[in-house]
Amino acid sequence: MARPKIPRKSTNIDMTAMCDVAFLLLSFFILTTKFKPAEAITVTTPNSVAAKAAPDKDIVLVTLDKNGKVFLSLDDEQKKEYIANTLNTTKNLGLNVAAFKKAAFIGGSFSQLKSFLEIPEESRKGDALPGIPTDSTKGSNEMIEWMRLVNDAYQGKKMNLLLKGDNLAKYPAFKSVIDAFKKNDFLKFQMVTNPESVPIGSELWKNNQKGEKRDD
Amino acid sequence: MAELDTSSGGGHKKGPGVKKAKKLSTRVDLTPMVDLGFLLITFFIFTTTMSQPTAMRLFLPKDADKPEDQNKAKESGAFTILLGKDNHVFYYEGILNTANASANFKSANFGSGDDGIRNAILRKKANTNEKDLVIVIKPGDECTYKNVVDILDEMSVNVIKRYALVDISDVENKLVKLSEASAPAN
Repeated sequence: MARPKIPRKSTNIDMTAMCDVAFLLLSFFILTTKFKPAEAITVTTPNSVAAKAAPDKDIVLVTLDKNGKVFLSLDDEQKKEYIANTLNTTKNLGLNVAAFKKAAFIGGSFSQLKSFLEIPEESRKGDALPGIPTDSTKGSNEMIEWMRLVNDAYQGKKMNLLLKGDNLAKYPAFKSVIDAFKKNDFLKFQMVTNPESVPIGSELWKNNQKGEKRDD
Repeated sequence: MAELDTSSGGGHKKGPGVKKAKKLSTRVDLTPMVDLGFLLITFFIFTTTMSQPTAMRLFLPKDADKPEDQNKAKESGAFTILLGKDNHVFYYEGILNTANASANFKSANFGSGDDGIRNAILRKKANTNEKDLVIVIKPGDECTYKNVVDILDEMSVNVIKRYALVDISDVENKLVKLSEASAPAN
């Protein structure tokens, strides 16, 4: 009896379609990745086990660079305008309000502020700038005044106070920033860090394993 | 799609003396290319999520000017951590014995080994009533921001409910400076 012939099928799969999908996804991810903008102030943040992502809206960011210099930046232009106008009326600084609104960060004492705003935006680099004076042993801690202005500008509205410090910044600089926060009753702030995995076997790790909620 | 039609190589007359031209396949194996594609995708996905910065919350206590307003800690539950320069960590339990500092003033490091600060905290936590335990962090003038964040991180790693950031006193500062010289750098 003649057996029916089973047609031999090729085991070669056409990979072209899969290749297309892979590269389509690849180009999608590359294009949607937000590039980190070149920062005027270079800060290497420390690591922590905190899992909550840093907020990116309504932020008041205090940057502490490796030499202990302090910079302040706000993302709300209206608030910045308010601050500039207040400074002009109370301290008679004669600031250019439009330039103040556009400035990505503030890095000078009140007396230097006018000339600071005259420097073109591109050449404002953290290394060359003096930063906001905070050392109370060498004059006044101007951060206190700045935080009061911020407090007035926000008037109890929701804002996220962030502190972004460099690994190598010394504690006294950090302390004067905290003091400025405390003096203005900003008792809650967040420190920007890089994520780090929880050490295996530690208490927090055990709690996470049990599914307990963290309150960090 | 990836194959080209190679069958149309006709037109030659295959005479007896004419050698048969070897037909080379133009099919390319795309498997390694797909592999590479997916490898790059995974790489990009991982790097984008990793760079998202996190925020660590810290609540500051309100400044109490009068000593009677300040929070009191039980001696048995107090554990003080002092931060010195070059990643030095020192700690003591209860009240510092100024006359004989070596009695309870000990040196540690940021590691997770037996002499690390984590184990020191855990030992203290194990033999103290949870309600009494208060960790006092006193950063010295020479320590870095990283040290402070690391030690605050240690608090969350070890699930310490009560801790405070306090200024260092002169006596402690002197002791830290003295001990830094003798303690091994890490």
